Amino acid sequence: MIEVLKAFLLGGLICVIGQLLIDLTKLTPARIMVCYVVTGVVLGFFGLYQPLVEWGGAGATVPLTGFGNTLAKGVIKKVNEAGLIGALAGGIEAAAVGITAAIVFGYIMAIISKPKIKS
Amino acid sequence: MKKTLSKHEYQKLVDKKAPGSKIVRNIFAAFLTGGIICSIGQVVMMTVENLGADKETQAAVTSVVMIFLGAFLTGINLYDNISKFGGAGALVPITGFSNSIVSPAMEYKKEGYIMGVGAKMFLIAGPVLVYGIFASVIAGIVYFIWKQVI
Repeated sequence: MIEVLKAFLLGGLICVIGQLLIDLTKLTPARIMVCYVVTGVVLGFFGLYQPLVEWGGAGATVPLTGFGNTLAKGVIKKVNEAGLIGALAGGIEAAAVGITAAIVFGYIMAIISKPKIKS
Repeated sequence: MKKTLSKHEYQKLVDKKAPGSKIVRNIFAAFLTGGIICSIGQVVMMTVENLGADKETQAAVTSVVMIFLGAFLTGINLYDNISKFGGAGALVPITGFSNSIVSPAMEYKKEGYIMGVGAKMFLIAGPVLVYGIFASVIAGIVYFIWKQVI
């Protein structure tokens, strides 16, 4: 149960940073999402994100920074295994499940559902 | 001279006088929404862990479930309301990524299945993937060079 509370706290805090960016800097949502993923890659590359994952579990992996962290970890692992070519392979390889799931579920849901009529 | 303010003008005046309170409300809503979404993720992760999956599978299954939830809630037109309430709390989690795919794809369905659904689903997810993957490739090259030097 304590793990759920930790995930709540860390996930909530990561989202609060995003909210501050929206309210104080007028960054568009798309830019914030891009910033989060790139920040996740940078933090993951320097090994600074993994401690958050270990502390907060899904509170660190569910936000988009966690997606960036996955990309960085994948690339480092693959470079260790295969050399320079791993820089091209590692990222998508590690994130393959998420990316494919997003495309497949996204496509199916978009096909079967109707947009709300705007009043 | 007394001036009557329209609703819009009044709202603008209120926002000017009390910018702090709106930000506090938004932060609280973002914290609550993001926290709840991540808690759901944690519950999924622990459930998968109890089934005896390793760390990698746990993370993968959790993302799949969260991405599905985000897509599903967008499809039934519920995620919009969550976003309106939670702001960044609904945007930053992976469910928001999934929402950013389904939402424009639904909207542009009338433009056809190729250039409507197929192209527009990457309206926001595209940049996220481009910059994320690009950053990871740079990270990989830097790591490779660093490994040669050490």
